[in-house]
Amino acid sequence: MTAERSSLAVGTVSIVFALMLAIVPLPQPVTGMRPDWVLLALVFWCLAAPHRFGLAWAFGLGLLLDTLSGALLGQHALALLLVIYLTLKFRLRLRVFPLAQLMIAVLVLLVIYQFTLFWIDGVAARSVPIRERWLPVITGTLAWPLVYWIGQRALRESEQQPARL
Amino acid sequence: MTRRRQSAGPTRGLALGPRLFLLGLVAVTLMIIDHRQQHLATIRDTLSVVLFPVQALVNLPFATWHWGRDVTAARRALLEEVRELREARLDVSVQLQRLASLEAENARLRAMMGASRQAADRVLVAEILAVDLDPYRHRFTVNKGNRHEVHVGQALLDAHGVLGQIVRVQPFTAEAILISDADHALPVIVNRNGLRTIAMGTGDTDRLSLPFLPNSADIEEGDLLVSSGLGGAFPSGYPVARVSRVERRPGAAFAEISAEPAAALQRAREVLLVWSSRDPREDEDTTPADGDDTAIAEAAQQERP
Repeated sequence: MTAERSSLAVGTVSIVFALMLAIVPLPQPVTGMRPDWVLLALVFWCLAAPHRFGLAWAFGLGLLLDTLSGALLGQHALALLLVIYLTLKFRLRLRVFPLAQLMIAVLVLLVIYQFTLFWIDGVAARSVPIRERWLPVITGTLAWPLVYWIGQRALRESEQQPARL
Repeated sequence: MTRRRQSAGPTRGLALGPRLFLLGLVAVTLMIIDHRQQHLATIRDTLSVVLFPVQALVNLPFATWHWGRDVTAARRALLEEVRELREARLDVSVQLQRLASLEAENARLRAMMGASRQAADRVLVAEILAVDLDPYRHRFTVNKGNRHEVHVGQALLDAHGVLGQIVRVQPFTAEAILISDADHALPVIVNRNGLRTIAMGTGDTDRLSLPFLPNSADIEEGDLLVSSGLGGAFPSGYPVARVSRVERRPGAAFAEISAEPAAALQRAREVLLVWSSRDPREDEDTTPADGDDTAIAEAAQQERP
């Protein structure tokens, strides 16, 4: 139980860190390539500690992202809900995937995420460029091994036992 | 408590599917309410207060960097800067002397013509928080909010011209939209001849477009565009942009004109919040964009007492 509790603490800290990464200013040319850190972190923790992190987190964090980005309230929440639902649904299968295969799964999740955001923008008649939309998908997929590695280390530190995701 | 426990099998709380359905429904309802009416300000305010520490934390290294640079600046550099500033101030004060007499003359002429006098605008310096919002929209956050009487629709300037306007006010911070945002438009006049038009944002920080001028319009490259004050959101007479390209295509109904913003849209760190001398409640429409941006529609809504 203590291990679970500490995974909650470590996960929360890492998710707050992801929130900060989501708003750190980047130079203009690369600002469109920012990976969706919050999504990556939450997907990781949903795989690692599914009893602690889930749809309620997705909803809450989505609302925070909406407030941060000035989007419609509920836009990121809905997109995150879909992604986390799929993650939890196929959790057992994703857990045994090797890293390369997991990256492909993350790619699919990111595509779903971005498409949902894009679709809601379209329904709400907000003018948003389409071209740059795929950039976070690519960078997010590439950033996944990093998230995975850091997450694994954090897990190991927190649980004092080798955890296999 | 049951919400926290996820998908540990059918024994704990609701199953995954119904849970997704419920939360999804809430999200969709929120979006519809947020889009149709603007009654969610309290939720947003609460969330933004929760998020303020995160934003402040992100801003901290940048603020520290600027502070550190100021503190450790060499004495000679400081002296140099002081000298430059003195010169600049002398320059400005000379211009200001002329302005004072011109203003007096203007007031006299207006009095003769029976027109209303223009009072001076009140300003407050605010700092831009170093946080990025949506990369596809030109938005930024400033460190003044409700507590400093900032209101929605208020104009933002920097030393060179109009920067944007406030679209959302929170207790400690306010969110602003740049004039270059693709959803933004503001009424301008050509300073040379008083030609009225609208400058639209393009989504590109160094270009505005003027899509509503016919081929025969009297406008040239290098013309200065100043805010016209029509629509009531922006105070009149502040520089907005300089016309950079005029393309008259025979056969097309309108000329293709782009202008370069006068304000340093990307580099500004300190901005001026301007309270127009007119009561903002007198005229209710802020400068709405062509496309319907809910934030700006919201601006118009909240202006109503």
